[in-house]
Amino acid sequence: MNGLLYPFQQSVRRDLLLAARHKTEIVTALFFFVIVVNLLPLGIGPDPDLLRKIAPGALWIGALLATLLGLQRLFAPDHADGTLEQMALSPQSFTLLVAGKILAHWVVAGLPVVLIAPVLGLQFDLSGRSLLILTVSLLLGTPILSLIGAVGAALTLGVRGSGALLSLLILPLYIPALIFGAGAVEADLAGLGSEGHLSLLAALLVVSTFFAPWVTTVALRVALE
Amino acid sequence: MNHSLVNWFKFASPASFYPLVGRLIPFFATAAAILTIAGLWVGLVVAPTDAQQGEGYRIIFVHVPASWMSMFIYCVMAFWAALGLAFNTRLSGMMTSALAPTGALFAFLSLWTGALWGKPMWGAWWVWDARLTSQLILFFLYLGFIALQAAIDDPRRADKAGAILALVGVINVPIIYFSVQWWNTLHQGASVSMTKAPSMAHTMLLGMLLMALAFWAYTIAVALMRVRCIILERELTSGWVKKNAME
Amino acid sequence: MQWNSFNDFLAMGGYALYVWGSIGACVLGMGIEIWMLKLRRRAILARLLRKELTQ
Repeated sequence: MNGLLYPFQQSVRRDLLLAARHKTEIVTALFFFVIVVNLLPLGIGPDPDLLRKIAPGALWIGALLATLLGLQRLFAPDHADGTLEQMALSPQSFTLLVAGKILAHWVVAGLPVVLIAPVLGLQFDLSGRSLLILTVSLLLGTPILSLIGAVGAALTLGVRGSGALLSLLILPLYIPALIFGAGAVEADLAGLGSEGHLSLLAALLVVSTFFAPWVTTVALRVALE
Repeated sequence: MNHSLVNWFKFASPASFYPLVGRLIPFFATAAAILTIAGLWVGLVVAPTDAQQGEGYRIIFVHVPASWMSMFIYCVMAFWAALGLAFNTRLSGMMTSALAPTGALFAFLSLWTGALWGKPMWGAWWVWDARLTSQLILFFLYLGFIALQAAIDDPRRADKAGAILALVGVINVPIIYFSVQWWNTLHQGASVSMTKAPSMAHTMLLGMLLMALAFWAYTIAVALMRVRCIILERELTSGWVKKNAME
Repeated sequence: MQWNSFNDFLAMGGYALYVWGSIGACVLGMGIEIWMLKLRRRAILARLLRKELTQ
């Protein structure tokens, strides 16, 4: 229990507990995702061929926006009540605590998106195989969104107009994940195989898992000075 | 302060950097002006007409240097950012923020001239070519950096937050470029590419080199002018400003 | 020298809009940047001078 990862576990548990007490936030973000994705056919038209073509991109962009929605509240409440400062000063590894918060954010914001994506994919007339690839790509990709987003959330912590600023900072950095994620399905449909895209996505996930919590910690210390 | 210790850290203090920079600006400004005139003369008047693209190719004499500078400036910003985070020198942060607007300007000019080049050559103002798209994203990265610094009131925090963002950005730029190229090859849509450079005459290369040097000198002059403004704004209350600024 | 007359030079072989539009944008962009920096510096110096006078 008192292993190296103890602060990590505690941080995840605490944030999930907090999230469980504010269920509406999770549900709101999820419905935001559902509505954004459902608006696209209404804006573009119900042609199944066209919808099948845009489905991966539509779901991925919906996932990006849904992740952004929760990011603003990743550190702000803890910053407001002083908890974040206590975490930074605590003898336990601040990086692990932050990593725990990021994982909790993914469980709350990313995982529901991954779980509901196949249902939305059906609305876009995707085949079973495409649905599977899309879900795997989102499963690999949404943690990247939470990890990179955490850096932006830390940089904009307590800054005025932080919501819009966060999008401006983070969305360009999301582009590789978007390209490899949404591209996986298209590559498979084109007969090129999705392994290349998915491996690159996994590589991005590994790299961002190593670096993002650490960079986030540095940025948080700057914000707390 | 120990004045007998002559090293580079002496100039890391704004008070001694300010007058030094003041002497450097005219030199770089003159160099930029002379090089621009020479480069435009060679590029627009001396260089021969391109066999495939006619006179329209002459846009590259401003387009290519602007693109180079926009990428180069981001790297220089990251260099200053790393220096600032490592040694905690105030000047590094000022240099990073002094370079950003010029980098954004060059990124914009690169896109603008690229569009004007693309219209007659490709028949469209914009194509989703890997280079154009990456350049657009670079422009967004500059805008994000400037917006972040503008939103933070405390200059020390703005410097450090900006430095972190610049470093994260510079790591991401190659990844973004690679992913966009990957995306581009998958979609084969705009298959016309600028990559196969036509065999260029020596005068064309000379013109491009001169213009690149001119933009380089311009960047240094303008960034130094801006860093002087930043130093004054931040140190308005300290004694040395009154002595030096009015010169 | 590639041009027979000054009008030829201006016409740029039919690419006048594109070539001069590019070079014009660069000149304009850089000009505005320098001009804004001059204004910024003047504003700072004016502030400094005001402070001097009030002291």
